[in-house]
Amino acid sequence: MALLSIKNLHATVGGKEILKGINLELGPGEIHAVMGPNGSGKSTLSYVLAGREGYDVAKGEIVFKDKNLLDLEADERANEGIFLAFQYPVEVPGVVGMTFLREAYNAKLRYSGHKEADAMEFLKFVRSRAKTLNMSDEMLKRAVNVGFSGGEKKRNEILQMAVLEPELAILDETDSGLDIDALKLVSEGVNKLRSENRSMLIITHYQRLLNYIQPDHVHVLAHGKIQRSGGKELALELEANGYAEFSGEAA
Amino acid sequence: MSISSETVDQVKGLEADKYKYGFVTDIEMETAPKGLNEDIIRFISEKKEEPDWMLEWRLKAYRHWLTMKEPNWAKVGYKKIDYQDLYYYAAPKSMDRPKSLDEVDPELLKTYEKLGIPLKEQELLSGVVAVDAVFDSVSVATTYKAKLTEMGVIFCSISEAVREYPDLVKKYLGSVVPQSDNYFSALNCAVFTDGSFVYVPKGLRCPMELSTYFRINAENTGQFERTMIIADEGSYVSYLEGCTAPQRDENQLHAAVVELVALKDAEIKYSTVQNWYPGDENGAGGIYNFVTKRGACRGDNSKISWTQVETGSAVTWKYPSCILQGDNSVGEFYSVAITNNAQQADTGTKMIHLGKNTRSTIISKGISAGKADNTYRGLVKIMPKAEGARNFTQCDSLLIGNSCGAHTVPYIESRNPTARVEHEATTSKISEDQMFYCQQRGLSPEAAVSLIVNGFCKEVMKELPMEFAVEAQKLIGISLEGSVG
Repeated sequence: MALLSIKNLHATVGGKEILKGINLELGPGEIHAVMGPNGSGKSTLSYVLAGREGYDVAKGEIVFKDKNLLDLEADERANEGIFLAFQYPVEVPGVVGMTFLREAYNAKLRYSGHKEADAMEFLKFVRSRAKTLNMSDEMLKRAVNVGFSGGEKKRNEILQMAVLEPELAILDETDSGLDIDALKLVSEGVNKLRSENRSMLIITHYQRLLNYIQPDHVHVLAHGKIQRSGGKELALELEANGYAEFSGEAA
Repeated sequence: MSISSETVDQVKGLEADKYKYGFVTDIEMETAPKGLNEDIIRFISEKKEEPDWMLEWRLKAYRHWLTMKEPNWAKVGYKKIDYQDLYYYAAPKSMDRPKSLDEVDPELLKTYEKLGIPLKEQELLSGVVAVDAVFDSVSVATTYKAKLTEMGVIFCSISEAVREYPDLVKKYLGSVVPQSDNYFSALNCAVFTDGSFVYVPKGLRCPMELSTYFRINAENTGQFERTMIIADEGSYVSYLEGCTAPQRDENQLHAAVVELVALKDAEIKYSTVQNWYPGDENGAGGIYNFVTKRGACRGDNSKISWTQVETGSAVTWKYPSCILQGDNSVGEFYSVAITNNAQQADTGTKMIHLGKNTRSTIISKGISAGKADNTYRGLVKIMPKAEGARNFTQCDSLLIGNSCGAHTVPYIESRNPTARVEHEATTSKISEDQMFYCQQRGLSPEAAVSLIVNGFCKEVMKELPMEFAVEAQKLIGISLEGSVG
């Protein structure tokens, strides 16, 4: 039984068709990598899954935990257990990270009919999660992403993910803009969050990230379609040959 | 710490009832006949059992008012006010000056309970806030009076102060806002009905927050309250003011005057959470809030700090100001003004630097949504003797949607070459990126707006006393209800 099932997905942005019939299934606990050249529709796929406005589904279906995802608003999808680690995390001036995270955590609790978390308990919980990831919770005392370095922003995303415990995590170019040390730290964090109850969809240009986070399946996305699927060895092949094989293909 | 999650709940619970203070208390009222003339003023003065000097003072103001013209320089538009079609005095009949809380009409106590202002002393926040409640034209009750009196603090209605402490009142009344200052303040001088009076004696740090709660209930009634706070040498007082009114289709006029005097080494902190009825989505009804607030830092090293969160009223015209007379005196103005739907606000401050090394800080956050218009208007004036004066001004505007307006009109006049004046201004919108980011983390669009706006206002909100901060954060969420989606 798949956690996420995407069938013949067509999506448009500003009237232009970007996704042209995607089929993809993610089982519980599986890690799938979606690779592809610039402009292939990778980020569009992540936004469509997260329910961003302006990313319109023209055809096809997305089923998540037996629910029609397309019926749900972005916040409902998040509360159902979909987490998107942003390629460019957004600044929220004046809102302290801890407050932001608590709001998100409580929204999820309320959504599933639970009582909100006690502020002190929550603080302890966040600290323990940060510790598991070898991260400091210092950045949660600052306004969300304001004045953060590229590495801090990505680490913050992973920390949020650790606290919100999603069933499906979509990592959109999490490796972009990271130096090698930051990449290691972030990857280690992601690996610690691997579990049989958590599937991940890792979107990336380069094979580099996949040296640290080993996927179960690799898909090549080009021209709005999955062109090839395979095991982790496919990533190595792409690294050697580039995307040339796919770039000539007509849309 | 769970303030913002409460905000979310509050917003959620408000789908049906956007302005929850819109109820009317059904109570028998005594009113003066409609309209304004010298007889009405005599009537008010008589009702208040005022001495002759007070009546004369009122009449003088009235005669001057007759020669004045309503100001039209503010960026607000409203239906012409017919001053003869208003009631200038309205009081609950049962309430001829109660001696103690036990004598207050239970109907009135219920009203304040509904508003979340318990007047029974034992229910008040463990004794940290003393409240003076003003219902239309009269002060209903002042709590913790005995305890305050013991310390030498005078906290009573201004009517009572006129009778009991005439020398103090005579000395300071109109000394900060002169009778002829402006059209609305002159009108207030003529017909003011009630308000609070505070005197803090030398060297005392007033241990509790003093608070006044204004409520307009009666129809077609103007509320003209007058508040006066005097902080004697070396004293400190923090004063809070809250306001609500019933939901009515007609506009109601509220023209208050607030005068603050800080003597040598004294400090006054004045906080307002203004939530008068703003009118409906199309701009029908709501309060005209035309208020003159001014503080004088008379003594050296004195300080006056205004913090306001303005979410209500159909039209706001308000410029809490500081006259920095004493050397090294400090003036502060922290403001959040939110306008939604058809609301209009023209608000800001004046900082007049007279003394040496006087300093002022202005932080203004304007948030505009719907079709609303929000203007910051400020004056920083450095007089020739104000050696080394400094001002820092920051005006930030946040726009929500495409049909609202934000305007910044700063005036700076410096007549002393040693002065330093800084002005920073920004205008921004809640971005689609921010909304999506928050929603992707599970926040509803309303909760996201509330969180982002609270973040935007943070520098001002942290200036509010704790008791008010929670209420203010909730209010921000509520008043922006319906501004997205």
